[in-house]
Amino acid sequence: MNFKKYLKVYKKFLHTSLASELEYKTNILVDLITAILSLIGSIFLLTIFFQNNGYIGGWKFEQALIIQAIYTILNGITNTWFNPNLSEIVKHIREGTLDFVLLKPIDSQFFISLKKINPSGFLEIMLGFFLLIFCIRINQINLSLSFLTLSLITISCSICILYSLWFFISTTTIWFVKTWNATEVLRSFLYIGRFPLNSFSFSLRIFFSIFIPIAFITTIPSEVFLGLSQSWKILLEVIVATVFLITSRKFWLFALKFYSSASS
Amino acid sequence: MVQNIIDVRNLSKSFDISSKEPGLKGTIKHFFRRQKKSLEVIRDISFEIKEGEIVGFLGANGAGKTTILKMLCGLIYPSEGSILVSGYLPFRRKENFLKNITLIMGQKQQLIWDLPPIESFYLNASIYDLDKLEAKKRIKKLSEMLEIDEELFIPVRKLSLGQRMKSELLAALIHEPNILFLDEPTLGLDINAQRNLRKFLQKYNKETNATICLTSHYMKDITSLCKRVICVHEGAISYDGKLDLLLKKLSPVKEILIVCRSEEDANKLENSGFTVKNKIKNEITIKIENNSITSSLKTILNNFDIEDLFINEPPIDEVIGKVLIKKDYDI
Repeated sequence: MNFKKYLKVYKKFLHTSLASELEYKTNILVDLITAILSLIGSIFLLTIFFQNNGYIGGWKFEQALIIQAIYTILNGITNTWFNPNLSEIVKHIREGTLDFVLLKPIDSQFFISLKKINPSGFLEIMLGFFLLIFCIRINQINLSLSFLTLSLITISCSICILYSLWFFISTTTIWFVKTWNATEVLRSFLYIGRFPLNSFSFSLRIFFSIFIPIAFITTIPSEVFLGLSQSWKILLEVIVATVFLITSRKFWLFALKFYSSASS
Repeated sequence: MVQNIIDVRNLSKSFDISSKEPGLKGTIKHFFRRQKKSLEVIRDISFEIKEGEIVGFLGANGAGKTTILKMLCGLIYPSEGSILVSGYLPFRRKENFLKNITLIMGQKQQLIWDLPPIESFYLNASIYDLDKLEAKKRIKKLSEMLEIDEELFIPVRKLSLGQRMKSELLAALIHEPNILFLDEPTLGLDINAQRNLRKFLQKYNKETNATICLTSHYMKDITSLCKRVICVHEGAISYDGKLDLLLKKLSPVKEILIVCRSEEDANKLENSGFTVKNKIKNEITIKIENNSITSSLKTILNNFDIEDLFINEPPIDEVIGKVLIKKDYDI
């Protein structure tokens, strides 16, 4: 793979999608306000849950706030990259414009996963980071190099798992043509990631760890921040992320063999 | 000797399609249990195309023309048979193969809707690994050939269909491909825009010796661009050869309207052995076979007092229309 070329193309993607989005100023403003209100609403919801109980699933309010911060960062990433690109896959396949992507001398997965960005998602990422820094202070977390490395690894793994799940579902469009609902269900499950895994019943914990690994996405990185995580959990998250990423890639290449393009 | 750039052997393609009975009952039945059947859309076709040739694919809607183009450019896997395009197996979509070809579809667009076309051109240039200077040079050259200038800087959504199609062409040709697959490129364009596009394709073919495979329902596209046509009927090739020969075969006679000096001359001509279509006073329309047109006209001009004559070609759409409904043309 020619990294220099891919970097150059990605710069162009950034440039063109930013320019496209900036054509509609009001839309950006509305998106930014929505991001701020959404974060305020989520924190308000969390305070209601903790109003009568000091602990939920063994987590204090200040600790649960870390999950909210990580969720906000991931949701920002989802809104910046995954939503504008991966939701378009369905459209590409239904309307046959995937033809243009497949005929470009560039990796098709790279193209359809990164062509667009939604700049208002950046604000959510920034808000998430501000909240995370605030949580680090109130939880008196010691910022060591190993802590930062582990946080980076677990958050990157969370991004990979989320991307792979979404990409996998979107790829099935090649056979089922319409899978909007499935990606919406995935987004709904992601909301669950705002709460500690221990706050759910045993059966739900199993479901959210094995079938839809939402637990890996927010809880494990949060445990790393609080020094509660065990090494095997981190290792498991790395393995799950790698397997998901490789599987989604292989699945895409396999699915393309069945692509029949839309009729003209 | 000119090399074959496209070589297709015994190519077939089948799709699984599900059918649905009408009404609510049919809909419920279709939801729970789909009746699938395999439909052979391309049936055992073989042909070659030489470098620099412009070949038109003719056929009715659903005949399989677009499927053939999509298999040639590697978008669809063939069910059986082999395809070689420029020495590559298209469906492997190797980088060097993709840099050699382009696909233009009249009903689909790749330009970024909210931005001026120039942004899409530079994006494509980076995908095809062209540096900025080279891209600029090619954009300038192609925009001059396509006669577009200010339109490059106006958002695509504000361009007319004709301007948009020209921009689509520029975006698709920035990497200077030597094989062009064009699927109804003039669809929806007005007469002037169609003519300009055809002029451009002729010029591009002449200057670059690019091979062009074209489908179109506008016969003018076919007659002005293609010397050779491949007619597709229900997935099989019904004719592959020169367009002239096909037209001669399909319309073996010409109609000639002769205006005689007097009605008496017209009566004499009517009784001279020619096949008469109709006669009104001193105007008579006769049918003459293509191969005897010169000698017949000589006889008429030498023996009758003629004021004027008009040779009427049958409308090309009408003639080609016959191809779309017939299975085989043995020429």
